[in-house]
Amino acid sequence: MEGYFHSVRLDREKCRGCTNCIKRCPTDAIRVQKGKAKIMDMRCIDCGECIRVCPYHAKVAYTDNLANINTYKYKIALPAPALYGQLKKLSSPEQVYSALRLLGFDEVFDVAKGAEVVSAAVREKLKTTDKHPLISSACPAIMRLIRVRFPELIDNIVDVESPMEVAAAMAKREFSRKNGVSEEEIGAFFITPCPAKVTSIRSPLTRKRSRVDGAISIIEIYGLLTSQLKHGAKLEREDEEISADGLGWANSGGECEAVGKTIKMLAVDGVHNVIRALEEIENNKLSDLDFFEGLACTGGCVGGPLVFENGFVAKSRITTLCASLEKRTIPEAKVEKAMEEGITQSTQKVTPLEVLKLDDDFMKAMRMMEQIEEITARLPGLDCGSCGSPSCRALAEDIVRGSAVELDCIFLLKEKVRHLADEMEGLLKKL
Amino acid sequence: MNYQERFPVEAGDFASAGEVSATIKQKLKKIGVAQALVRRVAIVSYEAELNMIIHSLGGEMVLELSPREIRIICDDVGPGIPDISLAMQEGYSTAPESIRMMGFGAGMGLPNISKNVDDLKIKSDPSGTRMEMVFFIA
Repeated sequence: MEGYFHSVRLDREKCRGCTNCIKRCPTDAIRVQKGKAKIMDMRCIDCGECIRVCPYHAKVAYTDNLANINTYKYKIALPAPALYGQLKKLSSPEQVYSALRLLGFDEVFDVAKGAEVVSAAVREKLKTTDKHPLISSACPAIMRLIRVRFPELIDNIVDVESPMEVAAAMAKREFSRKNGVSEEEIGAFFITPCPAKVTSIRSPLTRKRSRVDGAISIIEIYGLLTSQLKHGAKLEREDEEISADGLGWANSGGECEAVGKTIKMLAVDGVHNVIRALEEIENNKLSDLDFFEGLACTGGCVGGPLVFENGFVAKSRITTLCASLEKRTIPEAKVEKAMEEGITQSTQKVTPLEVLKLDDDFMKAMRMMEQIEEITARLPGLDCGSCGSPSCRALAEDIVRGSAVELDCIFLLKEKVRHLADEMEGLLKKL
Repeated sequence: MNYQERFPVEAGDFASAGEVSATIKQKLKKIGVAQALVRRVAIVSYEAELNMIIHSLGGEMVLELSPREIRIICDDVGPGIPDISLAMQEGYSTAPESIRMMGFGAGMGLPNISKNVDDLKIKSDPSGTRMEMVFFIA
């Protein structure tokens, strides 16, 4: 079932069958059928746009419960850099370590450290690549978007693992060496702002098996964390390793900033904006760029669907925290070691997912396209979504694919009813 | 059997610049044309569309598709390309300053087109230009 595990799901009870999610989905993956939304597994990229726009909170993300960490003897928390934007009056990231320990973790290893190692690895790749631009592999929703909508750009994705994967590997290695325990006994749990990360833990694109064992959403842990911070959680040790370069990855542009200031780069956030930029890359309009960072959420990971705080507030907090960490940096030896050990290297190529294709038979697909044009011309062109498809054109495509009928369009239906009524009336007069 | 679709292109209509080529790209992807080829067609049709918007008095683009080839035809109503061989040179541009200020008119349009097509025919006189761009499918 590779590729079809999804974190983003529907709570049928809560769904009212409105048109908010279908209109917003970047891959046209949602339809409303019989009054309920339906997510098409093949197309969904787990970006979480639908979670954000659903007024009834009927779109949910599957994540692990905090209690799940107890299935492992040793538990490591991997906080996403974005976590630090959630908390008020945080003087340093380390304050959060003690709070996480009080919640049951034996160790805390910042994904920001992984981010810094990844930055170094990407920098190396940039020296030898002939792809312009090289595309960041950090955002799992954008990776999946490329797979579905821009398969031609798969080769531009840098073959470096995400900070989460790298951090998990480093954390497990360090912990097992320090404490003389086997890596199998350690569970590494990502504290996630993002459902797509959950999906990439369960069914990774760039390796056979993820080194992360589960993900707990920021929103689940937020309340517990703030109360621990209020009562009891004391600053227990000063870790000199988390740096501005790593932490900055929480914000859009943070990766570019960390990778290098001398390269030509572009950072774009918000999935619909990223789509526009990818269209340009596909058209060779941005071939003077060295590096492209595209993040699905507005503002970057701070704007993830599973965070508590307003993304803009969180973004500003990250910026402030970064400024206070300016002089710190992870020891270079650590970065080099991680790269030597091959922790950063992806071991599997991303495969395209050709779900937009109308048919495998070219002739048939051509005929279907013709029918789509014919039907589209008959539809009102209002893109109202009342039929359950995101636009008139999408309805036409659904009809041709066999999953909808023309009378799903309420305007065509109305016309049909009027026509029938007229006939009845005419008939009545003859009686 | 062939697939054919016509798209009008208006002179100076920068608000919809790139829409025709984006539509063509989307359709070819849906029909299942190989991705690398779709990309070449996208690059070419974008350049051709922009050329019509910038330089011509308007016209239309036609997409013709058969299992053997993709054909993009651009037909406009003038004023024509005064010197085609000059226009084929990289960096040669007749675009006015106002267009260059918008980031267009770098003189790469026709060179980019000819680099990416399998066959190119241009006929031009003051009453209009007709470009036929052909791509072979495998």
